[in-house]
Amino acid sequence: MGAPDLLAFAGAVAAGDIEVVDLTHTLSPDFPTIVMPPELGQCAPFRMEEVSRYDERGSAWYWNNISMGEHTGTHFDAPVHWISGKDLANNSVDTIPAANFIAPAAVIDISRQSAANADYELTVADVTAWEKQHGRIPPRSWVLLRTDWSKKIGRDYVNMREDGQHTPGPCPEVVRFLVEERDLHGLGTETIGTDAGQAFHFNPPYPAHYYMHGKGRYGLQCLANLDLLPPTGAVIVAAPLKIRRGSGSPLRVLALVPRSHA
Amino acid sequence: MTRPLQRPKRKDPLKKTRVPLLPQGVRSRTALGLTAAAAEGRFRLQVCADCAAVIYPPRDACPRCLSARLPFRDVDNRGTLLAETTIRTSTDVYFRERMPWRIGTVQLDAGPSIVAHLHGDLREGERTRLQLKIDKSGQAIAMALPAEDTPNMADDPQWRELTCDPKFRRVLITDGRTAVGQALAEAVSEAGASVIFVGVADPWKPFPGEGRLRKIERVEIVALDLTDTISVNECAGEFAPRVDILINTAEYVRTGGLIDRKGLTVAREELEMRYFGLTRLAQAFGPVLRARGADGVNSAAAFVNLLSVYALVNWPAYGAFSATEAACLSAAQSLRAELRQGGVKVLNAFFGPLETEWYQAVPPPKVAPSALARAVVRALQQGLEDVFVGDIAEDIRARLAVDPKALERELGS
Repeated sequence: MGAPDLLAFAGAVAAGDIEVVDLTHTLSPDFPTIVMPPELGQCAPFRMEEVSRYDERGSAWYWNNISMGEHTGTHFDAPVHWISGKDLANNSVDTIPAANFIAPAAVIDISRQSAANADYELTVADVTAWEKQHGRIPPRSWVLLRTDWSKKIGRDYVNMREDGQHTPGPCPEVVRFLVEERDLHGLGTETIGTDAGQAFHFNPPYPAHYYMHGKGRYGLQCLANLDLLPPTGAVIVAAPLKIRRGSGSPLRVLALVPRSHA
Repeated sequence: MTRPLQRPKRKDPLKKTRVPLLPQGVRSRTALGLTAAAAEGRFRLQVCADCAAVIYPPRDACPRCLSARLPFRDVDNRGTLLAETTIRTSTDVYFRERMPWRIGTVQLDAGPSIVAHLHGDLREGERTRLQLKIDKSGQAIAMALPAEDTPNMADDPQWRELTCDPKFRRVLITDGRTAVGQALAEAVSEAGASVIFVGVADPWKPFPGEGRLRKIERVEIVALDLTDTISVNECAGEFAPRVDILINTAEYVRTGGLIDRKGLTVAREELEMRYFGLTRLAQAFGPVLRARGADGVNSAAAFVNLLSVYALVNWPAYGAFSATEAACLSAAQSLRAELRQGGVKVLNAFFGPLETEWYQAVPPPKVAPSALARAVVRALQQGLEDVFVGDIAEDIRARLAVDPKALERELGS
């Protein structure tokens, strides 16, 4: 077999035969971040300070200084983010092999269930039902949970009540199943967190973080436009910033989707 | 009797906004003792430590015994208006556009006679209360009031020139998520503010008291996040020309000194909210406030800082917090000098621990948010620059004046 033809690939992108879908929210100061109890450390929201704007601070140029937490906006979770992944090899964003930043996606649609129940938990049955229709999830695939949550804004998006956040996510068993039985590459969600809003009360707490990162797998959160992806066949390009010993980073997440011109 | 103030009409957009002018503001170093007293609403004159003569105007030697020991002391402010004059014309550009202006000579029961500005309800020969007030130049002048309160007396034009009364003014409360912010919204609404803009950050995060806040008369919620320069600039862009009094209710209270806090995350949040928040507000709202210091009945009047009294001396139990508050105090002093050019006052309200969640483990006495709010409104109505609210703040104020080092050591025990 000869070398793959990347020029043909680039040509297909240029021609629109491969569509590039942006799965990223715009990084802005008012995008909600995860909220911890106030006595705990908090993830910094995105902030931008103008350095100059064609003015006395720099006459011909416009630029900004920006600041944020590693887990702000659409972002990538590395295994070192969680205590279960703290001692693994290549567990931080700077040491993850670059090839792992490109992987296929299986998109599981639980938007109907999530609309009816904000605390909807993805189950093993949901996955096996999906597989009946679309085939077995290939090893090292991203599983992207389509909930249409990214279409909500403000209070509805965060859905914070007196007993915490209420957003859909995976139940503990399905994460174990995906990691151990399907060799999951990582889990991507539209909500703040790969886990459900109420996952602190699960056993173990935050099962997606616990099981995935414990096995060296990754997370993508605050994704958008998952409704534009086919259930199978899309390839995800998601390369976090190369931050030394970084636990994650905001990033641009792109999906490559083949389009058949009927 | 003072004619009650009428709600100002909306401004004629074809009219030029008048440049704020200031009365003559040069005083001798000694005379600044009067300014210091006026800043806190005290009536203090020099009292000779050797012969007990009460002295006015301020001097460096006692006119009776030549002693140089002339400390400022609280003295009885009661007296009689001996003579009054109505000035109808002046070459001074500040007074010229405020004519007619009444002044008179007050004979104090304590001794000296003083030339004072006169409240409209005071007539020649009547008994009077004399007050030291900070004028638009930031210096002390004497104002003679009727011996007893009269109806609508706060609406007197010469008096209102010296105060920052919220009545018919438009107020911005920068953080409505806090108990203090909500209490202040209520207090300035009761004081007759014509609209109360209340900033709310992270609107996606519910907060206690929200329902009640929204029901307060004339409250309008606006998006404002003091930790975000873009948000502060956008809020100022929309509302700054309609803000006459800005009350910064940003709060960030955490325990611990420098060593006990692990890392800088908390310290950064604290500085972002408090010191940089103040800086952002000053940069975004300051220029318009300063330009509108003489803009009619609802001219820009005041920028209010709520400061922990531990800005003045560090309380190591809340050590890093105290340091941030000290930075805010220093910034407020700079801001005061910067806004003075526009005749806009900076009011610093100092208080001890509050009756709020972040002071949960601190024993009483603590200041209730509503008490702090009332004190701030009173201070605005009096046109003060510094107010100490509650027993702890007053105690620290008093002990600092006596022995700051002893106080530092005591707070560190």
